[in-house]
Amino acid sequence: MDVVLLARIQFALTIIYHFIFPPITFGLGLMIVIFETLYLKKDDIIYKDISNFLIKLLAVNFVLGTATGITMEFSFGNNWSNYSRVVGDIFGAPLAAEGVFAFFLESMFLGVLVFGRNKVSKKAFWWSALFVMIGSHLSGFWIIIANSWMQTPAGYEMVDGVAKLTDFFEAAINHSTFIRFTHMVLAGWLTGVAVVMGIGAYYVLKGLYGEHGKRILKISAITFIFLPFIELGLGHIHAIEVYEYQPVKMAAFEALWKTQKNAPMAVFGIPSKEDEKTYFNIEIPSMLSLLIHFNPNKEVKGLDAFPKDEWPPIFLPFMSYHIMIGLGSFFILLSMIIMFLMWKNKLFETKWFLYLLLINIPLPLISTEVGWMSAEVGRQPWAVWHIIKTSHAASVVVPAWQILLTIILFTIIYSLLFVVGFKIALKIIKKGPVNAEQEIY
Amino acid sequence: MEVLQIIWFILIGVLLLGYSILDGFDLGIGVLFPFLAKNDNEKRVLLNAIAPFWDGNEVWLLTGAGALFAAFSNVYATVFSGFYLALMIVLFSLILRAVSMEFRAQTDNKKLWERVFVISSFLPSLLYGVALGNIIVGVPLNAQMEFTGNFFTLLRPFPLSLGLLGLSAILLQGSTYSALKSEGELNNRARELTKVISLIFIGLFLLALVLTFVCMPDAVSKPVAWIFGIITIIFVWFTKLNAKNGDDFKSFIFASLSFAGLWSLAGSVMFPNMLKASNNSTLSLTIWNASSSKLTLTVMLIIALIGMPIVLAYTYMIYRWFRGKVVLEDVE
Repeated sequence: MDVVLLARIQFALTIIYHFIFPPITFGLGLMIVIFETLYLKKDDIIYKDISNFLIKLLAVNFVLGTATGITMEFSFGNNWSNYSRVVGDIFGAPLAAEGVFAFFLESMFLGVLVFGRNKVSKKAFWWSALFVMIGSHLSGFWIIIANSWMQTPAGYEMVDGVAKLTDFFEAAINHSTFIRFTHMVLAGWLTGVAVVMGIGAYYVLKGLYGEHGKRILKISAITFIFLPFIELGLGHIHAIEVYEYQPVKMAAFEALWKTQKNAPMAVFGIPSKEDEKTYFNIEIPSMLSLLIHFNPNKEVKGLDAFPKDEWPPIFLPFMSYHIMIGLGSFFILLSMIIMFLMWKNKLFETKWFLYLLLINIPLPLISTEVGWMSAEVGRQPWAVWHIIKTSHAASVVVPAWQILLTIILFTIIYSLLFVVGFKIALKIIKKGPVNAEQEIY
Repeated sequence: MEVLQIIWFILIGVLLLGYSILDGFDLGIGVLFPFLAKNDNEKRVLLNAIAPFWDGNEVWLLTGAGALFAAFSNVYATVFSGFYLALMIVLFSLILRAVSMEFRAQTDNKKLWERVFVISSFLPSLLYGVALGNIIVGVPLNAQMEFTGNFFTLLRPFPLSLGLLGLSAILLQGSTYSALKSEGELNNRARELTKVISLIFIGLFLLALVLTFVCMPDAVSKPVAWIFGIITIIFVWFTKLNAKNGDDFKSFIFASLSFAGLWSLAGSVMFPNMLKASNNSTLSLTIWNASSSKLTLTVMLIIALIGMPIVLAYTYMIYRWFRGKVVLEDVE
């Protein structure tokens, strides 16, 4: 089999798997800071219990995130050594900076959160919670800097086929860094808060852990309300940015085959790159022009404006992008339902709604994953936009069988970790937040 | 430019030294686990001694690898793709090790996860030294800076001897840290182990020295290397002496200093090579031909100068919060 294809399969598998954990860390970290703040202000033991309980879940999540994250840092050298040679002058620095500015902070203070409740003062513990949250977000920030540079590179020049840094701030804060980061932060908050809210709904539904369960549900629901609306706005700005700097990607998202005025936005369809046609398509007329240019009559560049060998795959970006948008719309609906039920004071009694929150647990995670899928697959055939193609990025000395072997091992080990990790999380949830103690080994 | 490249050669050494000292003690405890702990309580003392820290300790490796990627991307690319299978063994071990402690605590299958913990601590502890041995003694490279050997190229006598030496250094971190954090019988056992491992360390050091005479005659002509070598042995001796006198803190400090001696020795032998080419020395990756641009090295230096003092400050603070012996009634 082809080395590049195998390396891509391995990267896709390991990054999709790794990316289950960081978004949950974002949202869980936020909720822990909220509950710790409430505990600090109101001195109510219930908040401390809930926080201890969430910290246990965070610990499991974080361990899996770290374990699978090492893979990612190794992978550029292991499987993508040519990539590392060509863009290492720029791409390496954010990874190192992530360690220095973020990952130390996050993991050292997580140790305090998980094992140090009795070792430090209340204030120091609150700060530790805040530092874990800040650390995880900074970590995301540096990774987003690296990724955004792959999407919209800046601050570099090519010397003998190798990208050399010319301006650090231009490279780091390039055209898409901030919007990609804020879009990601909100996605992470949605993901983690949905998990907490689902757990709260489960307790209330089963009549478990009385006041503890209710407060978990109520406070996470209040936090959740705002997020889908902000995310809608950020997503829109991000889409405009994509159209500006990677128009062929946007054309792939919407399977817009022809450049046109009054460009429609697809709602559903099965695009075929071969036939250059979308089957079973349902679309909203002029909507894409309106969203991109704020004017339905303006022209939007379609795929025909670009040579076909520079097109990304169409099917996967189209599908993943629309699943993301569909789920995003669902979260807005969910948020409205929450507001209505809170207004009517029926948050705890509405059974179908509580079931809906249970079903909702994995949905923001799925939308985050498919969102990234559309961003990354939509960047193809480039590994770094107009600098190095994915087909030229792989290691040249690693034989195919070794990559295949490690793909198999990753699959086995990661599946095992998932099963055991999931069981542990369920066990922690069943045990509940009442008198949740610090973790001990 | 020259100064920057030398600074980064040293800084990457410092990051890997930080990793060796800190993750060294929890890796070492992992390998020594069956020899140190005789019952469940003792096992829990050891695990709780490293629980708040091992994750943060591992960040030193991630930062070191990231810094290597940023400052010497060609070395990172050649080594990580060239040593593929060996590094995959390290990677899978680190993954399983990370979860083993948490899973042992949270599931009923304690025996299984203990075994995973021990084996996944042992493999990296051995392989790090083997990898470094290969980097020092050299591997076959071509003009495109690519590794041309195979998995078995890596298993030559000199790298294997460094693997064992590195393992013993890590074990010394583990045994001295265990003594520092424990009381009673466990503490005694840790001190006894420290004495034994110190002697093994010195024996393996001499073995590596003999092999250096055979494999790299030019390396033994560097006076600086001799100085670092002698200092290392003196520090190991002090580690043993302090274990005997019952000063666990000093014993741990001298073990850490001996690790610093080892890295300094390795650095002085390697300099200015980052990865020696065994087939033709003009193909070696050096700090001159494999480094990133001046601007990147400068930016990275600024990042390190701002970031690392802060990291060291809160690391020190958190270690102080958790200082003292692990007492189980305390944790419960």
